[in-house]
Amino acid sequence: MSAALETIGISKQFGALPVANDIHFRLEPGARHALIGPNGAGKTTLVNLLTGRLAPSAGRIMLNGGDITRLSQAARARRGLARTFQINNLFPALSVLENVRLAVAEHRGLFTPRRALIEEAFAILTRLGLEDVAATVVRELPYGKQRLVEIAIALAAEPSVLLLDEPAAGVPGGESGIIFDVIAQLPAGMAVLMIEHDMDLVFRFAQRITVMVRGSILVEGTPAEIAADPRVREVYLGTRAHG
Amino acid sequence: MTDPVIAALRQSRPRWIETIPWIVGVGGYFVFPDQLPFASQILITILFALSLDLVLGFAGIITLGQAAFYGTGAYAAGIYAIHVSQEPLSGLLVAAASAALVGAATGLIILRTHGLAQLMLTLAFATLLAEAANKASFITGGNDGLQGIAIDPIGGRFAFDMFGRTGYVYCLIVLFFGWLLLRVLLASPFGQSLVGIRENVTRMQAIGAPVGGRLLIAYTIGAALAGVAGGLLTQTTQFVGQSVMSFERSGEIVIILVFGGIGRIYGAFIGAAVYMIAQDQLAKSEPEFWNFWIGLILVLTVLFARGGILGLIDRLRGR
Repeated sequence: MSAALETIGISKQFGALPVANDIHFRLEPGARHALIGPNGAGKTTLVNLLTGRLAPSAGRIMLNGGDITRLSQAARARRGLARTFQINNLFPALSVLENVRLAVAEHRGLFTPRRALIEEAFAILTRLGLEDVAATVVRELPYGKQRLVEIAIALAAEPSVLLLDEPAAGVPGGESGIIFDVIAQLPAGMAVLMIEHDMDLVFRFAQRITVMVRGSILVEGTPAEIAADPRVREVYLGTRAHG
Repeated sequence: MTDPVIAALRQSRPRWIETIPWIVGVGGYFVFPDQLPFASQILITILFALSLDLVLGFAGIITLGQAAFYGTGAYAAGIYAIHVSQEPLSGLLVAAASAALVGAATGLIILRTHGLAQLMLTLAFATLLAEAANKASFITGGNDGLQGIAIDPIGGRFAFDMFGRTGYVYCLIVLFFGWLLLRVLLASPFGQSLVGIRENVTRMQAIGAPVGGRLLIAYTIGAALAGVAGGLLTQTTQFVGQSVMSFERSGEIVIILVFGGIGRIYGAFIGAAVYMIAQDQLAKSEPEFWNFWIGLILVLTVLFARGGILGLIDRLRGR
């Protein structure tokens, strides 16, 4: 069975600086997979390569068995690859409902009746507990709610693969639980790759974890394997791991 | 159904206030019977400003070259009337199609750029086109303008008269359909997606919108509407002056739109009407100095009435 998303030896260099080295990565259908690593490990670069914001210097990217290496961001999105952004990337001047409606319209097609688009957008908001703020302009929302709108927009495309780039970044500790409740309820068939720094959340969410360091994959395994791996401990704890 | 859904559905429904321009337009015919040629110019300018509002206000394409399409439409309608047929409606179609063609061709290049580069490219294309029209004097009349244009009665029944009655009604009807097209388009998911692109291109790409194609369609429709406005000018004045494609014309229409309120559809109506009436009055009372007052009004608008006259009205109403 082909992977939901797979990279075959992708590399990326900015000038002489390599930021991704020969990465072989597989995201299985329906997976709950986390990507971790210290700052500057190349996690967001990898997401940008996967979504087409960056073009790889070498290697191939496959989505559900089809080669998407040369496709634009928009074309990849239409093939079922959705993402959220580390820093909110919304339509701040539009209402929450309008934000999601734009995404529903791209997914269903621009000739879909307006009523159907609006009703579907509202149904997504209801699933995420955002129905009360549907008419609120996004820039007036608290940051935590804006993070949920990020996810709502991504879900509107009914993607087969969802990339969550630090979904709880910038959210006060007390509110991050709501975001993870939403993530826990994502459809089982959807492959989810999450980048996150909060190890508590990573170990609660993930069935598999990939650790990146300096643009390369250090190790991949189950949460138990990763927790027990001395190399990972060294990366995260530095010299103290030896002591 | 839940309230936000109903509210969202109602948002783009016609409101009674939208009938005002048409009441004024129809009323104007009876109230100012001796001003109809000038009033026709206002209607044409409104349509031209509407075309710019689609491109600049809604799609966020930075342009200082919209007169290229206005001029293309004007020349196309004139040349068509002289060499092919004097029938007015087909003339307007030719004007629209010619401008759309130029819009699509130049849009393919212009829309690859952003910001200042985009602005300069629109300006450059407009200047090139104006110069080409000047050089091609054997067909455009060059410096002297395109003369000897005659237009048949509309539908074979309504002849263009010296008081501008037919011309005014004709312009009003064409403007109505131009407005209707834009109104429906902007309320549609396509129009909403243009607003999405204007607000956040990156996100629109991430949700799968073919941004380049959408902008090209908007730019081409905007060009076609500007072409129709230019065609109307030719048919009602039976003359095409070289200035139809000038930089001044492109700049003036931006000023009109900023003045009325950009990205609001009705800013085009109020901006064109107020600007042209002010210009007309000032030019009569201060023939050498009127540009100063226009400039002053623009500075005050930008400083104190962001969103133009309509923005000011919104704020006074506390919205």
